[in-house]
Amino acid sequence: MAAGANVRLRLETVRLTALFDRTAAVREVSILFPAHTVTAIIGPSGCGKSTFLRCLNRMHELSEGGWVTGKVLLDEVDIYASDVNPIQLRRRIGMVFQRPTPFPTMSIYDNVAAGLRVNGRRPRGEMDESVERALRQAALWDEVKDRIQASALELSGGQQQRLCIARAIAPQPEILLLDEPTASLDPAGTQRIEELCHELKRLYTIVIVTHNLQQAARVSDYTAFFYMGRLIEVGRTSALFTKPQVEQTEQYITGRFG
Amino acid sequence: MRKLLNALMTAVVALMAFTAVLALVLILVDLIAKGASSIDWAFFTKSPVPAGEAGGGVANAIVGTGIVVGMAGLIGLPIGIGAGLFLAEYGSGRLGFLVRFVADVLNGTPSIVIGIFAWTWMVKPVGRFSALAGSAALAILMIPMIARTTEEMVRLVPHSLREAALALGYPRWRTSLRVVARTALGGIVTGCLVGIARVAGETAPLLFTALGNLNFSTDVRHPMQTLSLQIYVYGTGPFEEWHRIAWAAALVLMALVLILAMVARWVTKQRYGRGR
Repeated sequence: MAAGANVRLRLETVRLTALFDRTAAVREVSILFPAHTVTAIIGPSGCGKSTFLRCLNRMHELSEGGWVTGKVLLDEVDIYASDVNPIQLRRRIGMVFQRPTPFPTMSIYDNVAAGLRVNGRRPRGEMDESVERALRQAALWDEVKDRIQASALELSGGQQQRLCIARAIAPQPEILLLDEPTASLDPAGTQRIEELCHELKRLYTIVIVTHNLQQAARVSDYTAFFYMGRLIEVGRTSALFTKPQVEQTEQYITGRFG
Repeated sequence: MRKLLNALMTAVVALMAFTAVLALVLILVDLIAKGASSIDWAFFTKSPVPAGEAGGGVANAIVGTGIVVGMAGLIGLPIGIGAGLFLAEYGSGRLGFLVRFVADVLNGTPSIVIGIFAWTWMVKPVGRFSALAGSAALAILMIPMIARTTEEMVRLVPHSLREAALALGYPRWRTSLRVVARTALGGIVTGCLVGIARVAGETAPLLFTALGNLNFSTDVRHPMQTLSLQIYVYGTGPFEEWHRIAWAAALVLMALVLILAMVARWVTKQRYGRGR
């Protein structure tokens, strides 16, 4: 994906500040997320990267005392404008969490269909197609096609996480937010998810929070470094890792702190 | 010395556990010894006969228990479960604290007090004892129990599941019902069954409300017999025949409660045994 003038801008934050009651966890962050790219957010624990991610689909405001100032523009519309329905908005932005969160009472099929069903009823055949497409995109179809009605809990941790990705992309969102999606997976599971990021960016704009610098370098086009709630530096991943402009970034990526 | 102390303590707690189990065993043995011989087909199918005559059964009491407890469930379960969901999902504020406190107090209220309360509001104004008033009294007993169990069960559902549903664009009510409550369903059903079993044997609140009835009746606006009332009346009555029937009725009631408890265990296993 070349970053040129014709890249359609999908998501942008403008001086976004996220607060818990009176304490700011993220301060005045402005970033562009070009369409069909993967942007990695890195930084030490507690730097606000997860909180920032949760602002992008208005999940932060569901936390106790959570509120924001500034703007998040999705196709130039501020998602925090008073006429935007956060529930509708979240259907346009998929999210995957640190630990796999399949719905334990639902089958594999129903898990993937869950996000489609909240958007209203649709014919059985169409539903089957959407579920299969999502599972294929999440590279899980071949492993589960013969037991699609089995409990989601029968899957391994890595499979459960891919199931969660399938569930998130089934409604065909525009943006996919991944919050340390490989934190609880083994190396093989991690590799599958990373490969998926490369596949999925053709279809979605991806923002991934990660603790793992190698992972950020492997999967992302752009990298943003957060420290103490502030955006320290953002740039093309290749440039940021080889020629960081800010000293703190260099210290972090060379392992001198965090 | 250390080993000796350890052995001693183990023996002490084992003895206590044994005593706890012994109570149930003794009750069951006693009930079977004194009641089993009176149980035959007629016992389940016939209504009582006038005092002094032989034969007759407790069909009216069995059906009455079913109706009174069933109606109590119809009133109490939705309210109890709803209150429990409210406490778990929205119960962090003042109102939640208040509801929780009231539920705990109500849980500890002697059932006879609730019986008097039901009498004041549902029997006295109408001038007539009724099964409906009995059901209301049992429902009041049931509600706080079920509300608190439901709350506990819903709270056990990981927060991450709730977030996953919300992030998918589920409205909050749908998250609560489709994901959270459904995940907690096994526990909630168990709580309901235990609650029903608890009130099925209640006598005190029914003395002022359902009153009891020596004849077969399914009219909920009039007095109705239940097993517990029958045991009370027959057990304290003057006739040898009545005592015999009271023992048998006690055995039937105990069996009902045991069956409910076992179904509750089974449901719990079904829900939580899967996949893990």
